[in-house]
Amino acid sequence: MPTFPADFAELEPFADWSLATESERYAKRLSSTMDELQAFYDAAFPRLADALAHLDALELDALPDDATRLLWLCYSLVNASFPVEVWRQPRVPDSGAASMDMLIEPAV
Amino acid sequence: MAHFAKPDAGSWTEHYPELGTAPVSYEDSISPEHYELERKAIFARTWLNVGRVEQIPRTGSYFTREIHAAGTSVVVVRGRDGEIHAFHNICRHRGNKLVWNDYPGEETKGTCRQFTCKYHGWRYSTEGELTFVQQESEFFDLDKEDYGLAAVQVETWEGFIFVNLNPDNTTSVHDYLGELGAGLAGYPFDEMTQVYKYRANVGSNWKLFIDAFAEFYHAPVLHAKQATAEESRKLSGVGFEALAYALDGPHGMVSSWGGMSPPKDLNMVKPIEQVLHSGLFGPWDRPDIEGIDTLPPALNPARHKAWGVDSFVLFPNFMLLVWAPGWYLTYHYWPTSYNSHVFEGTLYFVPPKNATERLRQELTAVTFKEYALQDGNTLEATQTMLESRAVTEFPLNDQEILLRHLHKTARDYVAEYQTTTPVRISAVS
Repeated sequence: MPTFPADFAELEPFADWSLATESERYAKRLSSTMDELQAFYDAAFPRLADALAHLDALELDALPDDATRLLWLCYSLVNASFPVEVWRQPRVPDSGAASMDMLIEPAV
Repeated sequence: MAHFAKPDAGSWTEHYPELGTAPVSYEDSISPEHYELERKAIFARTWLNVGRVEQIPRTGSYFTREIHAAGTSVVVVRGRDGEIHAFHNICRHRGNKLVWNDYPGEETKGTCRQFTCKYHGWRYSTEGELTFVQQESEFFDLDKEDYGLAAVQVETWEGFIFVNLNPDNTTSVHDYLGELGAGLAGYPFDEMTQVYKYRANVGSNWKLFIDAFAEFYHAPVLHAKQATAEESRKLSGVGFEALAYALDGPHGMVSSWGGMSPPKDLNMVKPIEQVLHSGLFGPWDRPDIEGIDTLPPALNPARHKAWGVDSFVLFPNFMLLVWAPGWYLTYHYWPTSYNSHVFEGTLYFVPPKNATERLRQELTAVTFKEYALQDGNTLEATQTMLESRAVTEFPLNDQEILLRHLHKTARDYVAEYQTTTPVRISAVS
């Protein structure tokens, strides 16, 4: 069964980026290489505007499962954009061992 | 070269002559003895923000808050009377912690009809009355009316819940927050209920992280690698100047420009920001609510067109940042020792109407984290080097006025405590 709505079939190889929480998305970013982050970004970023159009036509509080998974993928794209667009490394520069956990985040 | 006007005294700092302009000592941040005094003089005696009213919307909704610096845990609950109550989180029978879940040291929240002690089953109403004692007839002359929960003073201001652990306190939280607090009244905090909350354990004195967020002198330098290369060069060339500062009693604020929301030129910002129309300063499009275009007097006090964000340092450990595009952020710094504290950063937005608005908020929330990681990472090393006492005096510039004021205020509270509290002389026979 496809992970995402049919229009987004080419993103299926990146289905493992469709993660429900910030801590999972952040952990996946830190455990990825720059090549992996770049490949994900190159596939997903050009489809971001299309994904927004698809999702905005639906009720945010009542998204079908495939749309929810597409939205989670978009959250991951946001998280992966920092290293790809600016830092050229998965972790924010000069942050050493600092860590910060998300305790509360929106349900959707 | 000054871009924004300063007071007639020539500088913000000299506008408040009691601050002085001399280099300052950071002994107050590295002395275990001084921290023990701060616990008694500050955290056991001032109003502390412990949450928002939205956290306890219904009868029986409650949360606990560990206040290590004051040596207690409090439970905050909405009672059957509709009022908010706060109690020391201790059972009156033998001192067991009353409300906890699995790990007694961790905070918890929920909804209940009554509080039941896990140890011997004593029960308390949401108003704090002792309502049930297991095997009551085994006790001696026990009157349940004498054994209600130990109440803590609790008041709300603009939907923020404050407790004061000093039973003799006679100042309302409204009066405590003074003109700055009064000047924020009416801002639509209650509309901003979409919450992202971060927590971090930080290896520094609590005041050092407030210092990091109470000045933006560092921003073009420490965060240089966050912006596009050209923008970064421009920012560090310009440096930082605030639009305005204000001090009021123990509290202070800095008003800052914020050209990034929206940016003057799309090429100033990253591709993800260009598509989503959002960034560190928040979503560029303002939410469709009342009260963010006509601001209360404490916000954007200079009434400057380039206004971006106001940061309020509400003594001792609460910061409130109101952003021009219509959202707010809180910081809390909960000391756990002289050189460690728990930091909490919480972002509040108007609930999104669609996925685009939701993603804009996500971008702001995760961008905040990346900046805060850089801010937090320098602190442990700063603490260590301050503790070396290799250097003991540090010059603070005019854009660091809130730091000068914070440390002076904390020292003044300790000095006042020492002069008004009689030294206890232990009896020797």
